[in-house]
Amino acid sequence: MYILGVSAFYHDSAACLLKDGEIIAAAQEERFTRKKHDAAFPAQAVAYCIAQAGIRPDAIDHVVFYEKPFLKFERLLETYLAFAPRGFRSFSAAMPLWIKEKLFQKTMLVKDLSEVLDDQVDWKSRLLFSEHHLSHAASAFYPSPFDSAAVLTLDGVGEWTTTSVAVGQGRDLKVIKDIQFPHSLGLLYSAFTYYTGFKVNSGEYKVMGLAPYGEPKYAELIKDKLIHVAEDGSFQLDMSYFDYATGLTMTNRKFADLFGGPARQSESELTQREMDLAASVQQVTEEVVVKLARGIARETGEKNLCLAGGVALNCVANGILLREGIFDNIWIQPAAGDAGGALGAALCAWHLHHEHDRPSPAGRDGMKGAYLGPVYSDEDIEAALTRCGATFHKLDEQSLIDRVATALAEEKAVGWMQGRMEFGPRALGGRSIIADPRSPVMQKQLNLKVKYRESFRPFAPSVLREHVGDWFEHDADSPYMLLVADVQSDKRRQMTDEENALFGIEKLNVPRSSVPAITHVDYSARIQTVHQDTNPRYHAVISGFHEKTGCPLVVNTSFNVRGEPIVCTPEDAFRCFMGTELDVLAVGNFLLLKDQQDEALKENYEDRYELD
Amino acid sequence: MDLIKELWTFLKAKKKLWLAPIILVMLILGGLLILAQGSVVAPFIYTLF
Repeated sequence: MYILGVSAFYHDSAACLLKDGEIIAAAQEERFTRKKHDAAFPAQAVAYCIAQAGIRPDAIDHVVFYEKPFLKFERLLETYLAFAPRGFRSFSAAMPLWIKEKLFQKTMLVKDLSEVLDDQVDWKSRLLFSEHHLSHAASAFYPSPFDSAAVLTLDGVGEWTTTSVAVGQGRDLKVIKDIQFPHSLGLLYSAFTYYTGFKVNSGEYKVMGLAPYGEPKYAELIKDKLIHVAEDGSFQLDMSYFDYATGLTMTNRKFADLFGGPARQSESELTQREMDLAASVQQVTEEVVVKLARGIARETGEKNLCLAGGVALNCVANGILLREGIFDNIWIQPAAGDAGGALGAALCAWHLHHEHDRPSPAGRDGMKGAYLGPVYSDEDIEAALTRCGATFHKLDEQSLIDRVATALAEEKAVGWMQGRMEFGPRALGGRSIIADPRSPVMQKQLNLKVKYRESFRPFAPSVLREHVGDWFEHDADSPYMLLVADVQSDKRRQMTDEENALFGIEKLNVPRSSVPAITHVDYSARIQTVHQDTNPRYHAVISGFHEKTGCPLVVNTSFNVRGEPIVCTPEDAFRCFMGTELDVLAVGNFLLLKDQQDEALKENYEDRYELD
Repeated sequence: MDLIKELWTFLKAKKKLWLAPIILVMLILGGLLILAQGSVVAPFIYTLF
């Protein structure tokens, strides 16, 4: 039985295909259309899934949408009613959209499926709908390595729910309680994202990255005024400070008065105040997540915890949760945002609608390393690079690995496109930019000359699983880069008194360890453990670098520039290579060196994508 | 028609039939807003508010 999961029409649309419950393909639409967070029906992602499976569209037994539009409409109406007459401007913006389009999502989906796949199939009879947070919970539990687990989902908002607790056992998954809109930890974080001058729905990572530069000066104020947190972690927001329920912004004047000024203008200079605000909201988020986890552990008695929803991408909070030891094991869905809803919706249909048993995972997760996207053969790559006018060398696997490891040791920045593309927001060695973490200038160089993004943003390490405990205060799997831990103390550099006295962004220029490019200002790092069985080629190149340098880790950042979706095809990779100061590109068995390329193929890439 | 049937089933299942008249009023209002985007009915909107 084939089940296609679809998420669409809000942000990060995606498709996922299951064959008899096994995940065989999944991809986000943005990677194909090259529009970041593309919300359109995922036509190309759906077409990719079908092609990957090698089936005809009529072989699909069900298409499952990741949420229920009527429930969302009900929430909108009841919210407008509750706040009336406030909110008319928002109402007048939202209603025409719903009346023209969103109320007709079932019809739209049937039409899109007919256009993209096959107009002779009765898609209406094959269409199912799951609930938003049930989709998240399913995406967290069913692919997890646990037979039974508690499941916590946290995001901005689905239909009504913003936070849910579920228990998964075998094929059963039951939501046991939830917190509903407008009380939302995700939206509280987004409110601060907006207030500190970043884009909601994409700038949350930046707030998390900015937090270690600041002091949590406002944390008590946030807990006093904005959020009431109960002992079990359930919470309530004081909505008089927020505008998102009925307005067109996240926060209002009362919020600005509380924090002593208006929201920061986007792209204006970052000050210590924004850093302190980021540190404060991060600390409050961590406290709430830890309290919630304690409450869930008490209530369910489960030893394992699964996480999904946008807030589960807050890897700093995840790291703290792990270290608190509330649960024996934690597993986080790598596509924790709405894209992962497509996967969860399909899994709901398989296990809950069709009641198919779930075989014991025997301690292994079902995500296949999240390498679920398109792959290109050497013939495809050669043809694409030739079309682009590239100068390239075709090598055997071992020579390619040696050349790349040598380039890394020479502090070259390498574009690394190998195998299947990752599903989810993280690049995990399929579509990555990799570099030497020992270089004290690498972080700044990569941010400013390759990624064209803010200089304060940290980079993450990909470390050989066998060596993770030697380099980090963490000795467990973290294949999806969703856990943060500190660099081992013997790898840290002692700070002088002068260096310790530095504040805010000044801290950035002080190397803090023997791998400064991946050590954040608080000595933390967002770890990806690399495993021989899920990504042998990536494992081999890091091993090669290790042999040459004694360092079993590399810098790993997504293969894109600021505002651009991660590259998907060899053409995307070549364009990004030529538009940035990357030195080397390795695509499949092909190696490209920047100084051998035709100068005329260079393009101005920096301004090509809208800033995120 | 399908949409109205499905909405009605949804409201019945959720025991929220009381929302039906509100939805109707809101849909009319929303419909007017759509028309007002074409500006012909805009004055009518102003007299309503």
